[in-house]
Amino acid sequence: MINFLKVSFFSLLMVGGFWGFSNFGIPQIKPAPPPVEEKLDLGAMTMDQFIALGGKIYNGKGTCTLCHNAMGRAPMLDKIGTVAPERMKDARYKGTAKSVEEYLHESLVKPSAFVVSGFGKSGTNDTESPMPDVTGGGIGLNEAELAAVIAYLQDSGGAEVTVAIPAMEAPGAEAPAAAEAAPLKTPEEVIAKFTCGACHKIAGQEGALGPDLTKIGKTKNKEYLRQALLDPEAVIAKGFTGGMMPPTYGEQMKAKELEMLVNYLAGLK
Amino acid sequence: MFMLPAFTPVANASEAAAPAAAAPAAAEAAAPAAAAEAAPAAAAVVYPPAPKLTEADYPTIKGVNARVAVWLVAQLHLWFGAFVVAVPMFVFIIESIGMMTRDERYDNMAYEFIKVSITAYSLTAILGGLLSFSLVLFYPDLFKYLALIFKESMFAYALLFFAESAVLYIYYYGWHWLQGGNKKWVHLTFGLLLNAVGVLLMFLANAWTTFMMSPAAVDAAGVFNGNTWEAIHNFLWNPINIHRVVANVAYGGSIVGAYAAFKFLSARNNEERAHYDWVGYNANFIAIAALLPLPFAGYYLTAEMYAYSQQMGITLMGGVFAWIFIIQAVLIGALFLSANYYLWCGMGRSEGAYRYNPRIKYIAIVLVAAFLVWFTPHTLVLTNSELKSLGGPYHAYLGVFGIMPAKNTAVNFLLTFTFMSFMFYRRANKVATVSWATTGNAAQIALFTVGLINIVILGVYYGYFTNTVYKVAASIPQVLTTLIIIIVSTVIDTFMYKGAKDVAPLHWGRMSTRSQYALFLLAVSFTWLMGLMGYVRSGIRQHWHVSNIFRDASPDAYTPGLGYAANIVSIGTIIFMAMVIFVFWLSTISGKHVVAKGYWKEQA
Repeated sequence: MINFLKVSFFSLLMVGGFWGFSNFGIPQIKPAPPPVEEKLDLGAMTMDQFIALGGKIYNGKGTCTLCHNAMGRAPMLDKIGTVAPERMKDARYKGTAKSVEEYLHESLVKPSAFVVSGFGKSGTNDTESPMPDVTGGGIGLNEAELAAVIAYLQDSGGAEVTVAIPAMEAPGAEAPAAAEAAPLKTPEEVIAKFTCGACHKIAGQEGALGPDLTKIGKTKNKEYLRQALLDPEAVIAKGFTGGMMPPTYGEQMKAKELEMLVNYLAGLK
Repeated sequence: MFMLPAFTPVANASEAAAPAAAAPAAAEAAAPAAAAEAAPAAAAVVYPPAPKLTEADYPTIKGVNARVAVWLVAQLHLWFGAFVVAVPMFVFIIESIGMMTRDERYDNMAYEFIKVSITAYSLTAILGGLLSFSLVLFYPDLFKYLALIFKESMFAYALLFFAESAVLYIYYYGWHWLQGGNKKWVHLTFGLLLNAVGVLLMFLANAWTTFMMSPAAVDAAGVFNGNTWEAIHNFLWNPINIHRVVANVAYGGSIVGAYAAFKFLSARNNEERAHYDWVGYNANFIAIAALLPLPFAGYYLTAEMYAYSQQMGITLMGGVFAWIFIIQAVLIGALFLSANYYLWCGMGRSEGAYRYNPRIKYIAIVLVAAFLVWFTPHTLVLTNSELKSLGGPYHAYLGVFGIMPAKNTAVNFLLTFTFMSFMFYRRANKVATVSWATTGNAAQIALFTVGLINIVILGVYYGYFTNTVYKVAASIPQVLTTLIIIIVSTVIDTFMYKGAKDVAPLHWGRMSTRSQYALFLLAVSFTWLMGLMGYVRSGIRQHWHVSNIFRDASPDAYTPGLGYAANIVSIGTIIFMAMVIFVFWLSTISGKHVVAKGYWKEQA
């Protein structure tokens, strides 16, 4: 019996050790919630807003930055406006595009039309791209979203923006997603969605890369907080490094969410 | 058995679309003209697309979290399943060794192992049934969709399960009946058959699991093309099959090792202690033998995930799951350190081991260093002041250990030095008598030296001074180098120690109590590790029941965080270990005979 107890205690100790390390020894990253389709009225959008929507999709739902980043997994797209015409003349080009806009559309739905050297699937001699069709199930962009991404790529890649804003309701027009598209209801939900606690000490989370926000309302007013969310580089808090906070919250948050968060932070005293 | 939800694929598209009342008339009118085409038309079954669900489509039971329930039951089923599939593999080998060497100890050990697994087999079946019920209950549409595609293989699975049970019972209950001469051959044949059926069962279940990760034979909307084999033989099926076979053997070895350790600690005399020490040694040997190729099988599986979907691969290694590989490093570090520690303790059984004892500390240093390299995260989580003093999230010196080339090098060192531990253990009690022993030793030293230098060059030069393509590609020659060291060295050793002299009889049972806890650590770490990696394998589907074609719309569609997963895995491990101890206890009481004097009526 004593051996049984000893062995049980030892096993529990080991399990406890692994459990403790997993909970307290490594950063607790909250995975992003499943993407929801948003209902947007494209008719009321300016081209700048449409480009910003493309940027949001590029960085979010489109999952483009998983590969198109400085890690070298896929070609960078910051000069796509210049390189696209050259690629269309390349002997290896298998597509039918005649303009940068068509080339970008083709690359998004038929990525193997032109594979940049060194970025093809292993063993295919750069004839097959590892990139999926972005209109397919995994990413599932619709035509309006596709157009927004193309507008964003043209704008950020040094090309003239030729895409027209589709005369239709964009993302999720046909989906029963009205409820999903509703703004978040509480500041805690906003904090959780935008993972503020990964860097800041706030709402019971212990992030340490950014300033402690548990009593931020004591020293900062709403204007300051609003600016910090919309343009984090405008003022860098004393003792902290710039370039750490994403500059895209202004595009990602709904106005109601932004104001709710600003009020919440201002009230932390 | 349970009843499947009632559904039948429609015979063809027109049948599905035709209003019921019009159907007889239309069929009658079309009959003469269509007579010749009737057969092929009837055969062309059109399947529905994957359903688009809403939260309301998921039944709930008050107080029960569907995901946690299915998660725990599936994981428990998998732990027991892995054990009962693995045990007959090495039981078959041990029985064969006993038959060839005519050493009855092997036969007895094999019988003892299968005795332990027989109760586990019942628990596997019970948990399998519970898992099916849970799926039907909580995820009826998913089960219905999978059953639509895999109905034939599910039916075959049920039939094979009967076959497995029959063969297992004959194999176990016929053990002492089928002894000696040709009967032993018959018994071994049943053992082989048992393994064949067991592995086939696992492969079938793997097909359903991997279909959910890398669906095949379906279009983008999830419409099945009717080719069952294509659905089974999906992209990740074979990589998972290979990984699970190897991992199961290592896992099975670790569990019977824990059994032997438990019996060793409870032994009442030296004879029992010696027996269970020997059993524990063999179990640890099985676990290590399968543990050595396991990282390669895992690497192959991961590479195939990348090949299937770069997105899936990046989610696995660079997204939310990236930190899990630091936990994995801790667990695998625990596995290797405990397995090596047990081997080093085991050298105490031999009078000749003192020759190798001074070298053990260097092996220990290398193992710990390799573990620490593996353990070093790519990006450090720092406070702001630490971040400033470091000048970024990467440490100036330790930062280089955070990337894959360093970890690949570390893993290959871990494997090579574990093999070295094992080689020293095997040699401890022997003195080679062949004339070329000095040359053989020199060749082995040269092999290890050149091999390890090659691993370092491949890791450092190709890992840090060339482009990304070579970084990943260099891991393959690294692995091959390790395999060459292990295989060539084993061949040299086998010939060099043929007919070797024993230094002295081995003292089985001369083992410290601490060494037995190393076997427990092995079993617990393995169990927890399997649970953790199960979470990752399932989690990389993210919010999809079937990747990219069948979306999960349940309230639990989000991917749980690591801490939450660790809670579930820990609870599962505790339940599993409790059930395993129960199995061990059952195998102990099954051999006990209590004489109840005065209880039974005296017979004239």
